[in-house]
Amino acid sequence: MKLIADHLTYEYNKDTTLAVKALDDVSLVIAQGEMIGLIGHTGSGKSTLVQHLNALLTPDSGTVYFDGEDVFEKEYDRKKLRGKVGLVFQYPEHQLFEETVFQEVCFGPKNMGVSRKQSELSAYVALKQAGVPDECFYQSPFDLSGGQKRRVAIASVLAMKPEILILDEPTAGLDPRGRYEILTQIRKLKEENNVTVILVSHSMEDVAEYVDRIVVMDHGKIKYDDKPRQVFAHYKELETMGLAAPQVTYLMHELREHGMDVDTNVTTIEEAKEALLGKWKQRETK
Amino acid sequence: MIRDITLGQYYQTDSVVHRLDPRTKLIATFAYLVSLFLGTNLYVYVLAFAFLAVAVKASRVPVKFIVRGMKAIVFLMLVTVVINMFVIKGEPILTIGKLTITREGVRTAVYMALRLTFLIMGSSIMTLTTTPNQLTDALESILKPLKIFKFPAHEISMMMSIALRFIPILLEETDKIMKAQLARGADFESGNVIKKAKSLVPVLVPLFISAFRRANDLALAMEARCYRGGEGRTKMKPLHYAKRDAAVYLYVCAYLVLIYAAGHYIPKFW
Repeated sequence: MKLIADHLTYEYNKDTTLAVKALDDVSLVIAQGEMIGLIGHTGSGKSTLVQHLNALLTPDSGTVYFDGEDVFEKEYDRKKLRGKVGLVFQYPEHQLFEETVFQEVCFGPKNMGVSRKQSELSAYVALKQAGVPDECFYQSPFDLSGGQKRRVAIASVLAMKPEILILDEPTAGLDPRGRYEILTQIRKLKEENNVTVILVSHSMEDVAEYVDRIVVMDHGKIKYDDKPRQVFAHYKELETMGLAAPQVTYLMHELREHGMDVDTNVTTIEEAKEALLGKWKQRETK
Repeated sequence: MIRDITLGQYYQTDSVVHRLDPRTKLIATFAYLVSLFLGTNLYVYVLAFAFLAVAVKASRVPVKFIVRGMKAIVFLMLVTVVINMFVIKGEPILTIGKLTITREGVRTAVYMALRLTFLIMGSSIMTLTTTPNQLTDALESILKPLKIFKFPAHEISMMMSIALRFIPILLEETDKIMKAQLARGADFESGNVIKKAKSLVPVLVPLFISAFRRANDLALAMEARCYRGGEGRTKMKPLHYAKRDAAVYLYVCAYLVLIYAAGHYIPKFW
Protein backbone atom coordinates (compact mmCIF):
# COMPACT_ATOMS: atom_id res chain seq x y z
CA MET A 1 0.00 0.00 0.00
CA LYS A 2 1.39 3.33 -1.01
CA LEU A 3 -0.31 6.66 -1.55
CA ILE A 4 1.34 9.16 -3.85
CA ALA A 5 0.24 12.71 -4.56
CA ASP A 6 1.83 13.77 -7.82
CA HIS A 7 2.17 17.51 -8.57
CA LEU A 8 -1.32 18.44 -7.38
CA THR A 9 -2.65 21.90 -8.20
CA TYR A 10 -6.08 23.11 -7.18
CA GLU A 11 -7.79 26.48 -7.23
CA TYR A 12 -10.97 27.54 -5.42
CA ASN A 13 -13.41 30.04 -7.00
CA LYS A 14 -11.72 29.73 -10.34
CA ASP A 15 -12.19 32.62 -12.76
CA THR A 16 -13.42 35.06 -10.13
CA THR A 17 -11.72 37.86 -8.27
CA LEU A 18 -11.81 35.58 -5.25
CA ALA A 19 -9.70 32.86 -6.85
CA VAL A 20 -7.38 31.21 -4.34
CA LYS A 21 -4.69 28.74 -5.21
CA ALA A 22 -5.18 26.19 -2.48
CA LEU A 23 -2.64 23.69 -3.78
CA ASP A 24 0.38 24.64 -5.80
CA ASP A 25 2.37 21.74 -7.23
CA VAL A 26 2.14 19.50 -4.17
CA SER A 27 3.87 16.11 -4.23
CA LEU A 28 3.87 13.68 -1.37
CA VAL A 29 4.65 9.99 -0.83
CA ILE A 30 2.99 8.16 2.02
CA ALA A 31 4.24 4.70 2.90
CA GLN A 32 2.56 1.89 4.85
CA GLY A 33 2.58 2.26 8.61
CA GLU A 34 3.69 5.86 8.80
CA MET A 35 2.27 8.33 11.27
CA ILE A 36 2.39 11.76 9.68
CA GLY A 37 1.52 15.19 10.98
CA LEU A 38 0.25 17.58 8.31
CA ILE A 39 0.68 21.06 9.71
CA GLY A 40 -0.24 24.43 8.35
CA HIS A 41 -1.86 27.71 9.20
CA THR A 42 -5.58 28.18 8.48
CA GLY A 43 -5.94 28.40 4.71
CA SER A 44 -2.59 26.81 3.94
CA GLY A 45 -4.26 24.08 1.89
CA LYS A 46 -3.98 21.13 4.24
CA SER A 47 -7.69 20.28 4.22
CA THR A 48 -7.77 20.67 0.44
CA LEU A 49 -4.84 18.30 0.12
CA VAL A 50 -6.41 15.53 2.18
CA GLN A 51 -9.64 15.79 0.20
CA HIS A 52 -7.63 14.96 -2.88
CA LEU A 53 -6.13 11.90 -1.25
CA ASN A 54 -9.51 10.12 -1.23
CA ALA A 55 -10.67 11.69 -4.51
CA LEU A 56 -13.34 13.97 -3.04
CA LEU A 57 -11.82 16.85 -4.95
CA THR A 58 -10.44 16.52 -8.45
CA PRO A 59 -7.20 18.40 -9.01
CA ASP A 60 -6.84 21.01 -11.77
CA SER A 61 -3.60 19.27 -12.68
CA GLY A 62 -1.59 16.40 -11.24
CA THR A 63 -3.02 13.19 -9.83
CA VAL A 64 -3.06 10.74 -6.94
CA TYR A 65 -1.89 7.14 -7.08
CA PHE A 66 -3.09 4.49 -4.68
CA ASP A 67 -1.36 1.14 -4.92
CA GLY A 68 0.07 2.20 -8.25
CA GLU A 69 -3.30 3.08 -9.76
CA ASP A 70 -4.42 6.54 -10.83
CA VAL A 71 -7.49 7.29 -8.71
CA PHE A 72 -8.82 9.92 -11.12
CA GLU A 73 -8.94 7.41 -13.95
CA LYS A 74 -12.51 7.20 -15.27
CA GLU A 75 -12.97 3.52 -14.49
CA TYR A 76 -11.43 3.67 -11.03
CA ASP A 77 -13.75 2.69 -8.16
CA ARG A 78 -13.52 5.77 -5.97
CA LYS A 79 -16.09 4.46 -3.49
CA LYS A 80 -13.81 1.56 -2.65
CA LEU A 81 -10.92 4.00 -2.42
CA ARG A 82 -12.79 6.03 0.18
CA GLY A 83 -13.16 2.88 2.23
CA LYS A 84 -9.42 2.32 2.08
CA VAL A 85 -8.40 5.92 2.59
CA GLY A 86 -10.66 6.87 5.49
CA LEU A 87 -11.09 10.60 5.97
CA VAL A 88 -12.49 12.01 9.19
CA PHE A 89 -13.53 15.60 8.58
CA GLN A 90 -13.20 18.54 10.90
CA TYR A 91 -15.99 18.52 13.48
CA PRO A 92 -17.13 15.11 12.23
CA GLU A 93 -19.92 15.06 14.82
CA HIS A 94 -21.84 17.37 12.47
CA GLN A 95 -22.34 14.53 10.01
CA LEU A 96 -24.24 12.19 12.37
CA PHE A 97 -27.78 11.32 11.30
CA GLU A 98 -28.83 7.82 12.39
CA GLU A 99 -31.17 6.81 15.19
CA THR A 100 -28.63 4.92 17.23
CA VAL A 101 -24.89 5.06 17.59
CA PHE A 102 -24.61 1.50 16.36
CA GLN A 103 -26.57 2.14 13.16
CA GLU A 104 -24.52 5.26 12.61
CA VAL A 105 -21.29 3.31 12.61
CA CYS A 106 -22.78 0.58 10.38
CA PHE A 107 -23.39 3.18 7.64
CA GLY A 108 -19.83 3.08 6.32
CA PRO A 109 -19.32 -0.69 6.02
CA LYS A 110 -22.86 -1.10 4.62
CA ASN A 111 -22.01 1.36 1.86
CA MET A 112 -18.92 -0.67 1.13
CA GLY A 113 -21.22 -3.57 0.29
CA VAL A 114 -20.32 -5.71 3.30
CA SER A 115 -22.94 -8.17 4.60
CA ARG A 116 -25.08 -7.09 7.53
CA LYS A 117 -23.42 -9.42 10.00
CA GLN A 118 -19.98 -8.39 8.88
CA SER A 119 -20.76 -4.70 9.06
CA GLU A 120 -22.21 -5.06 12.56
CA LEU A 121 -19.06 -6.81 13.62
CA SER A 122 -16.88 -4.08 12.09
CA ALA A 123 -19.03 -1.44 13.78
CA TYR A 124 -18.60 -3.13 17.16
CA VAL A 125 -14.83 -3.37 16.75
CA ALA A 126 -14.61 0.22 15.54
CA LEU A 127 -16.66 1.56 18.45
CA LYS A 128 -14.35 -0.28 20.83
CA GLN A 129 -11.27 1.03 19.05
CA ALA A 130 -12.54 4.58 19.22
CA GLY A 131 -13.21 4.16 22.91
CA VAL A 132 -16.97 4.58 22.91
CA PRO A 133 -18.39 3.08 26.10
CA ASP A 134 -20.81 0.13 25.67
CA GLU A 135 -23.78 1.87 27.27
CA CYS A 136 -23.81 4.44 24.46
CA PHE A 137 -24.24 1.91 21.65
CA TYR A 138 -28.02 2.08 21.50
CA GLN A 139 -28.45 5.72 22.42
CA SER A 140 -29.21 8.39 19.88
CA PRO A 141 -25.92 9.91 18.75
CA PHE A 142 -27.43 13.35 19.33
CA ASP A 143 -27.76 12.71 23.07
CA LEU A 144 -24.05 12.17 23.55
CA SER A 145 -21.52 14.72 24.75
CA GLY A 146 -19.31 16.52 22.23
CA GLY A 147 -16.32 14.28 22.88
CA GLN A 148 -18.39 11.11 22.62
CA LYS A 149 -19.99 12.28 19.38
CA ARG A 150 -16.53 12.86 17.96
CA ARG A 151 -15.53 9.31 18.90
CA VAL A 152 -18.64 7.89 17.25
CA ALA A 153 -17.85 9.85 14.09
CA ILE A 154 -14.29 8.57 14.09
CA ALA A 155 -15.59 5.04 14.66
CA SER A 156 -17.91 5.43 11.68
CA VAL A 157 -14.87 5.82 9.46
CA LEU A 158 -12.83 3.17 11.27
CA ALA A 159 -15.62 0.66 10.64
CA MET A 160 -14.74 0.65 6.95
CA LYS A 161 -11.35 -0.74 8.01
CA PRO A 162 -9.28 1.87 6.20
CA GLU A 163 -5.64 1.22 5.42
CA ILE A 164 -4.94 4.91 5.73
CA LEU A 165 -6.72 7.01 8.29
CA ILE A 166 -6.72 10.77 7.76
CA LEU A 167 -8.00 12.92 10.60
CA ASP A 168 -8.61 16.61 9.93
CA GLU A 169 -8.17 18.47 13.22
CA PRO A 170 -9.46 15.56 15.28
CA THR A 171 -9.02 17.45 18.54
CA ALA A 172 -10.49 20.83 17.56
CA GLY A 173 -12.74 22.16 20.29
CA LEU A 174 -11.99 19.38 22.78
CA ASP A 175 -10.68 19.91 26.29
CA PRO A 176 -7.10 18.81 27.07
CA ARG A 177 -8.23 15.48 28.45
CA GLY A 178 -10.43 14.66 25.46
CA ARG A 179 -7.57 15.70 23.23
CA TYR A 180 -5.10 13.45 24.99
CA GLU A 181 -7.49 10.50 24.99
CA ILE A 182 -8.31 10.71 21.31
CA LEU A 183 -4.70 11.12 20.20
CA THR A 184 -3.55 8.23 22.40
CA GLN A 185 -6.32 6.06 21.02
CA ILE A 186 -5.24 6.87 17.49
CA ARG A 187 -1.66 5.99 18.24
CA LYS A 188 -2.74 2.72 19.81
CA LEU A 189 -4.77 1.96 16.72
CA LYS A 190 -1.77 2.60 14.53
CA GLU A 191 0.48 0.38 16.63
CA GLU A 192 -1.97 -2.51 16.90
CA ASN A 193 -3.39 -2.59 13.38
CA ASN A 194 -0.53 -1.05 11.41
CA VAL A 195 -2.86 1.61 10.00
CA THR A 196 -1.16 4.54 8.31
CA VAL A 197 -2.26 7.74 10.01
CA ILE A 198 -2.21 11.33 8.81
CA LEU A 199 -3.01 13.88 11.49
CA VAL A 200 -3.96 17.29 10.16
CA SER A 201 -3.50 20.09 12.63
CA HIS A 202 -2.37 23.65 13.07
CA SER A 203 -0.97 22.92 16.48
CA MET A 204 2.57 21.56 16.61
CA GLU A 205 2.16 20.85 20.28
CA ASP A 206 -0.61 18.37 19.59
CA VAL A 207 1.16 16.52 16.90
CA ALA A 208 4.85 16.53 17.86
CA GLU A 209 4.46 13.87 20.46
CA TYR A 210 2.59 11.41 18.30
CA VAL A 211 4.02 11.47 14.80
CA ASP A 212 7.27 10.37 13.23
CA ARG A 213 7.14 12.67 10.24
CA ILE A 214 5.89 16.21 9.84
CA VAL A 215 4.77 17.86 6.61
CA VAL A 216 4.47 21.64 6.85
CA MET A 217 2.28 23.47 4.37
CA ASP A 218 2.18 27.18 3.65
CA HIS A 219 0.23 28.96 0.91
CA GLY A 220 -0.57 25.73 -0.88
CA LYS A 221 3.01 24.51 -0.97
CA ILE A 222 4.91 21.97 1.06
CA LYS A 223 7.60 23.83 3.00
CA TYR A 224 9.12 21.07 5.09
CA ASP A 225 8.77 17.31 5.03
CA ASP A 226 10.99 15.72 7.64
CA LYS A 227 11.33 14.21 11.08
CA PRO A 228 9.85 16.40 13.83
CA ARG A 229 13.16 17.52 15.29
CA GLN A 230 14.48 18.59 11.89
CA VAL A 231 11.31 20.53 11.22
CA PHE A 232 11.33 22.23 14.60
CA ALA A 233 14.93 23.31 14.05
CA HIS A 234 13.35 25.82 11.64
CA TYR A 235 11.27 27.28 14.44
CA LYS A 236 12.04 30.85 13.34
CA GLU A 237 10.74 30.18 9.82
CA LEU A 238 7.71 28.39 11.22
CA GLU A 239 6.82 31.55 13.10
CA THR A 240 6.75 33.59 9.92
CA MET A 241 4.18 31.09 8.61
CA GLY A 242 1.99 31.74 11.61
CA LEU A 243 2.97 28.45 13.21
CA ALA A 244 4.99 27.73 16.28
CA ALA A 245 7.30 25.00 17.47
CA PRO A 246 6.33 23.17 20.66
CA GLN A 247 6.91 25.18 23.80
CA VAL A 248 9.74 22.89 24.91
CA THR A 249 11.71 23.89 21.82
CA TYR A 250 11.50 27.50 22.92
CA LEU A 251 12.38 26.60 26.48
CA MET A 252 15.48 24.72 25.41
CA HIS A 253 16.63 27.53 23.13
CA GLU A 254 16.10 30.00 25.96
CA LEU A 255 18.08 27.84 28.37
CA ARG A 256 20.91 27.55 25.91
CA GLU A 257 21.00 31.32 25.46
CA HIS A 258 21.37 31.64 29.20
CA GLY A 259 24.42 29.45 29.14
CA MET A 260 23.02 26.01 29.86
CA ASP A 261 24.42 23.41 27.50
CA VAL A 262 21.24 21.53 26.56
CA ASP A 263 20.07 19.72 23.44
CA THR A 264 17.81 22.17 21.59
CA ASN A 265 16.49 19.46 19.30
CA VAL A 266 14.12 17.85 21.77
CA THR A 267 10.51 17.94 20.69
CA THR A 268 8.46 16.43 23.51
CA ILE A 269 8.11 17.20 27.17
CA GLU A 270 9.29 13.69 28.00
CA GLU A 271 12.55 14.17 26.09
CA ALA A 272 13.07 17.57 27.61
CA LYS A 273 12.63 16.14 31.07
CA GLU A 274 15.25 13.47 30.40
CA ALA A 275 17.66 16.04 28.99
CA LEU A 276 17.25 18.43 31.90
CA LEU A 277 17.44 15.74 34.57
CA GLY A 278 20.60 14.43 32.90
CA LYS A 279 22.18 17.87 33.11
CA TRP A 280 21.11 18.19 36.72
CA LYS A 281 22.70 14.88 37.66
CA GLN A 282 25.92 15.83 35.88
CA ARG A 283 26.07 18.99 37.90
CA GLU A 284 25.46 17.20 41.20
CA THR A 285 28.17 14.63 40.59
CA LYS A 286 30.56 17.47 39.85
CA MET B 1 -20.62 20.68 -7.35
CA ILE B 2 -22.99 22.60 -5.16
CA ARG B 3 -20.64 25.58 -5.06
CA ASP B 4 -21.64 26.34 -8.64
CA ILE B 5 -24.95 27.85 -7.58
CA THR B 6 -24.34 31.58 -7.67
CA LEU B 7 -27.83 32.76 -6.85
CA GLY B 8 -27.70 34.85 -3.71
CA GLN B 9 -23.95 35.21 -3.66
CA TYR B 10 -22.04 38.46 -3.67
CA TYR B 11 -19.35 39.03 -6.27
CA GLN B 12 -16.73 41.35 -4.93
CA THR B 13 -15.41 43.96 -7.33
CA ASP B 14 -15.69 47.67 -7.92
CA SER B 15 -18.15 48.89 -10.55
CA VAL B 16 -20.81 51.50 -11.13
CA VAL B 17 -23.48 48.93 -10.37
CA HIS B 18 -21.79 47.99 -7.11
CA ARG B 19 -21.67 51.63 -6.07
CA LEU B 20 -25.32 52.35 -6.85
CA ASP B 21 -27.67 52.91 -3.96
CA PRO B 22 -29.16 49.52 -3.09
CA ARG B 23 -32.67 51.02 -3.26
CA THR B 24 -32.05 51.96 -6.85
CA LYS B 25 -30.90 48.46 -7.66
CA LEU B 26 -33.82 46.87 -5.86
CA ILE B 27 -36.40 49.03 -7.61
CA ALA B 28 -34.66 48.71 -10.98
CA THR B 29 -34.56 44.94 -10.61
CA PHE B 30 -38.21 44.85 -9.66
CA ALA B 31 -39.06 47.04 -12.64
CA TYR B 32 -37.06 44.74 -14.87
CA LEU B 33 -38.84 41.63 -13.60
CA VAL B 34 -42.21 43.29 -14.16
CA SER B 35 -41.15 44.43 -17.63
CA LEU B 36 -40.66 40.83 -18.66
CA PHE B 37 -44.39 40.30 -18.26
CA LEU B 38 -45.46 43.39 -20.14
CA GLY B 39 -45.73 41.76 -23.49
CA THR B 40 -44.83 38.73 -25.53
CA ASN B 41 -43.25 39.53 -28.79
CA LEU B 42 -39.75 39.45 -30.11
CA TYR B 43 -39.10 43.18 -29.61
CA VAL B 44 -39.85 42.96 -25.91
CA TYR B 45 -37.27 40.25 -25.50
CA VAL B 46 -34.68 42.02 -27.61
CA LEU B 47 -35.12 45.10 -25.44
CA ALA B 48 -34.97 43.03 -22.25
CA PHE B 49 -31.82 41.37 -23.48
CA ALA B 50 -30.23 44.71 -24.30
CA PHE B 51 -31.07 46.07 -20.86
CA LEU B 52 -29.62 43.00 -19.21
CA ALA B 53 -26.48 43.11 -21.35
CA VAL B 54 -25.84 46.72 -20.37
CA ALA B 55 -26.35 45.88 -16.70
CA VAL B 56 -24.00 42.89 -16.88
CA LYS B 57 -21.35 44.89 -18.70
CA ALA B 58 -21.56 47.74 -16.21
CA SER B 59 -21.44 45.41 -13.22
CA ARG B 60 -18.09 43.95 -14.30
CA VAL B 61 -19.17 40.53 -13.10
CA PRO B 62 -17.78 37.95 -15.56
CA VAL B 63 -20.51 36.59 -17.82
CA LYS B 64 -19.19 33.10 -17.13
CA PHE B 65 -20.02 33.59 -13.47
CA ILE B 66 -23.62 34.59 -14.17
CA VAL B 67 -24.14 31.80 -16.67
CA ARG B 68 -22.79 29.28 -14.19
CA GLY B 69 -25.62 30.28 -11.86
CA MET B 70 -28.09 29.23 -14.53
CA LYS B 71 -27.04 25.61 -14.26
CA ALA B 72 -29.27 25.24 -11.24
CA ILE B 73 -32.43 25.93 -13.21
CA VAL B 74 -31.61 24.06 -16.40
CA PHE B 75 -33.87 21.21 -15.33
CA LEU B 76 -36.77 23.48 -14.44
CA MET B 77 -36.35 25.23 -17.75
CA LEU B 78 -36.34 21.98 -19.72
CA VAL B 79 -39.53 20.85 -18.04
CA THR B 80 -41.21 24.18 -18.79
CA VAL B 81 -40.11 24.13 -22.40
CA VAL B 82 -41.18 20.55 -23.04
CA ILE B 83 -44.55 20.87 -21.35
CA ASN B 84 -45.34 24.11 -23.16
CA MET B 85 -44.33 22.66 -26.47
CA PHE B 86 -46.79 19.79 -26.22
CA VAL B 87 -49.66 21.20 -24.20
CA ILE B 88 -50.48 24.44 -26.00
CA LYS B 89 -53.06 23.97 -28.72
CA GLY B 90 -52.74 25.47 -32.15
CA GLU B 91 -51.41 24.80 -35.60
CA PRO B 92 -49.61 21.42 -35.50
CA ILE B 93 -46.13 21.18 -37.02
CA LEU B 94 -44.96 17.78 -35.80
CA THR B 95 -46.79 14.74 -34.46
CA ILE B 96 -45.12 11.98 -32.46
CA GLY B 97 -47.65 9.32 -31.54
CA LYS B 98 -50.32 11.01 -29.49
CA LEU B 99 -48.23 14.10 -28.87
CA THR B 100 -48.38 17.10 -31.12
CA ILE B 101 -46.00 19.99 -31.22
CA THR B 102 -47.74 23.16 -32.26
CA ARG B 103 -46.43 26.36 -33.68
CA GLU B 104 -47.93 28.32 -30.79
CA GLY B 105 -46.44 25.80 -28.37
CA VAL B 106 -42.94 26.29 -29.69
CA ARG B 107 -43.33 30.03 -29.54
CA THR B 108 -44.55 30.01 -25.95
CA ALA B 109 -41.82 27.56 -24.98
CA VAL B 110 -39.10 29.76 -26.42
CA TYR B 111 -40.53 32.85 -24.75
CA MET B 112 -40.89 31.03 -21.45
CA ALA B 113 -37.29 29.90 -21.56
CA LEU B 114 -36.12 33.41 -22.37
CA ARG B 115 -38.30 34.87 -19.67
CA LEU B 116 -36.98 32.45 -17.06
CA THR B 117 -33.40 33.09 -18.11
CA PHE B 118 -33.85 36.85 -17.92
CA LEU B 119 -35.66 36.57 -14.58
CA ILE B 120 -32.85 34.61 -12.99
CA MET B 121 -30.05 36.60 -14.59
CA GLY B 122 -31.70 39.90 -13.76
CA SER B 123 -32.10 39.04 -10.12
CA SER B 124 -28.63 37.54 -9.87
CA ILE B 125 -27.13 40.78 -11.13
CA MET B 126 -28.68 42.45 -8.12
CA THR B 127 -27.59 39.86 -5.56
CA LEU B 128 -24.14 39.60 -7.11
CA THR B 129 -23.53 43.32 -6.80
CA THR B 130 -25.29 44.05 -3.52
CA THR B 131 -24.32 42.72 -0.13
CA PRO B 132 -27.16 41.24 1.91
CA ASN B 133 -26.75 44.06 4.41
CA GLN B 134 -27.27 46.71 1.78
CA LEU B 135 -30.23 44.82 0.45
CA THR B 136 -31.92 44.77 3.84
CA ASP B 137 -31.31 48.44 4.35
CA ALA B 138 -32.86 49.13 0.98
CA LEU B 139 -35.85 46.94 1.66
CA GLU B 140 -36.44 48.48 5.03
CA SER B 141 -36.20 51.97 3.63
CA ILE B 142 -38.59 51.18 0.79
CA LEU B 143 -41.14 49.50 3.05
CA LYS B 144 -40.95 52.18 5.73
CA PRO B 145 -44.01 54.13 4.54
CA LEU B 146 -46.11 51.02 5.17
CA LYS B 147 -45.47 51.42 8.88
CA ILE B 148 -48.62 53.52 9.13
CA PHE B 149 -50.53 50.31 8.46
CA LYS B 150 -48.56 48.57 11.25
CA PHE B 151 -46.49 46.75 8.67
CA PRO B 152 -43.35 45.39 10.42
CA ALA B 153 -40.90 46.73 7.83
CA HIS B 154 -37.80 46.33 9.94
CA GLU B 155 -38.64 42.82 11.10
CA ILE B 156 -39.44 41.64 7.60
CA SER B 157 -36.24 43.05 6.18
CA MET B 158 -34.23 41.57 9.02
CA MET B 159 -35.74 38.15 8.34
CA MET B 160 -35.02 38.53 4.64
CA SER B 161 -31.44 39.50 5.21
CA ILE B 162 -30.85 36.61 7.58
CA ALA B 163 -32.38 34.22 5.08
CA LEU B 164 -30.21 35.63 2.29
CA ARG B 165 -27.14 35.59 4.47
CA PHE B 166 -27.72 31.93 5.23
CA ILE B 167 -27.98 30.78 1.63
CA PRO B 168 -24.24 30.59 0.98
CA ILE B 169 -23.58 29.29 4.48
CA LEU B 170 -26.03 26.45 4.10
CA LEU B 171 -24.76 25.69 0.61
CA GLU B 172 -21.27 25.39 1.95
CA GLU B 173 -22.53 23.28 4.81
CA THR B 174 -24.34 20.99 2.38
CA ASP B 175 -21.17 20.64 0.37
CA LYS B 176 -19.24 19.75 3.52
CA ILE B 177 -21.76 17.20 4.75
CA MET B 178 -22.05 15.61 1.32
CA LYS B 179 -18.30 15.23 1.23
CA ALA B 180 -18.23 13.80 4.73
CA GLN B 181 -20.83 11.20 3.77
CA LEU B 182 -19.06 10.46 0.49
CA ALA B 183 -15.97 9.80 2.58
CA ARG B 184 -18.07 7.22 4.43
CA GLY B 185 -18.95 5.53 1.16
CA ALA B 186 -22.28 7.24 0.49
CA ASP B 187 -23.41 7.27 -3.13
CA PHE B 188 -25.64 10.07 -4.39
CA GLU B 189 -25.54 9.29 -8.06
CA SER B 190 -26.44 5.69 -8.83
CA GLY B 191 -29.79 3.96 -8.45
CA ASN B 192 -33.35 4.97 -9.31
CA VAL B 193 -35.22 8.02 -8.06
CA ILE B 194 -36.34 6.42 -4.79
CA LYS B 195 -32.85 5.22 -4.01
CA LYS B 196 -31.45 8.62 -4.81
CA ALA B 197 -33.98 10.32 -2.56
CA LYS B 198 -33.17 7.90 0.22
CA SER B 199 -29.47 8.55 -0.18
CA LEU B 200 -30.14 12.19 0.70
CA VAL B 201 -31.29 11.38 4.24
CA PRO B 202 -27.71 11.33 5.56
CA VAL B 203 -27.28 14.82 4.13
CA LEU B 204 -30.61 16.37 5.08
CA VAL B 205 -30.71 15.29 8.72
CA PRO B 206 -27.33 16.83 9.62
CA LEU B 207 -28.18 19.86 7.49
CA PHE B 208 -31.42 20.54 9.36
CA ILE B 209 -29.71 20.07 12.68
CA SER B 210 -26.99 22.45 11.68
CA ALA B 211 -29.49 25.02 10.41
CA PHE B 212 -31.33 24.95 13.74
CA ARG B 213 -28.07 25.15 15.65
CA ARG B 214 -27.01 28.18 13.62
CA ALA B 215 -30.39 29.84 14.05
CA ASN B 216 -30.17 29.28 17.77
CA ASP B 217 -26.65 30.67 17.97
CA LEU B 218 -27.63 33.69 15.92
CA ALA B 219 -30.67 34.42 18.11
CA LEU B 220 -28.50 34.20 21.19
CA ALA B 221 -25.85 36.46 19.71
CA MET B 222 -28.47 39.02 18.74
CA GLU B 223 -30.06 39.00 22.16
CA ALA B 224 -26.67 39.24 23.81
CA ARG B 225 -26.20 42.50 21.90
CA CYS B 226 -29.58 43.73 23.09
CA TYR B 227 -31.33 43.47 19.75
CA ARG B 228 -35.01 44.25 20.26
CA GLY B 229 -36.37 45.15 16.86
CA GLY B 230 -36.38 48.30 14.82
CA GLU B 231 -37.72 50.86 17.32
CA GLY B 232 -35.27 53.76 17.57
CA ARG B 233 -32.50 51.91 15.76
CA THR B 234 -29.99 54.00 13.83
CA LYS B 235 -27.80 52.93 10.94
CA MET B 236 -24.04 52.87 10.80
CA LYS B 237 -24.15 53.56 7.09
CA PRO B 238 -27.32 55.49 6.23
CA LEU B 239 -28.35 55.30 2.60
CA HIS B 240 -27.82 58.32 0.37
CA TYR B 241 -28.94 58.81 -3.20
CA ALA B 242 -26.32 60.17 -5.60
CA LYS B 243 -26.62 61.66 -9.07
CA ARG B 244 -25.96 58.33 -10.73
CA ASP B 245 -29.06 56.95 -9.02
CA ALA B 246 -31.21 59.60 -10.64
CA ALA B 247 -29.66 58.74 -13.98
CA VAL B 248 -30.44 55.06 -13.48
CA TYR B 249 -34.05 55.82 -12.51
CA LEU B 250 -34.46 57.84 -15.69
CA TYR B 251 -32.88 55.08 -17.72
CA VAL B 252 -35.17 52.46 -16.18
CA CYS B 253 -38.24 54.61 -16.82
CA ALA B 254 -37.25 55.05 -20.44
CA TYR B 255 -36.76 51.30 -20.70
CA LEU B 256 -40.20 50.61 -19.24
CA VAL B 257 -41.87 52.99 -21.64
CA LEU B 258 -40.07 51.39 -24.57
CA ILE B 259 -40.99 47.90 -23.45
CA TYR B 260 -44.61 48.86 -22.98
CA ALA B 261 -44.69 50.43 -26.42
CA ALA B 262 -43.01 47.41 -27.95
CA GLY B 263 -45.46 45.08 -26.26
CA HIS B 264 -48.62 46.96 -27.18
CA TYR B 265 -48.20 49.07 -30.25
CA ILE B 266 -45.95 47.01 -32.44
CA PRO B 267 -47.83 44.22 -34.21
CA LYS B 268 -46.79 40.65 -33.54
CA PHE B 269 -44.62 39.39 -36.29
CA TRP B 270 -43.89 35.82 -35.19
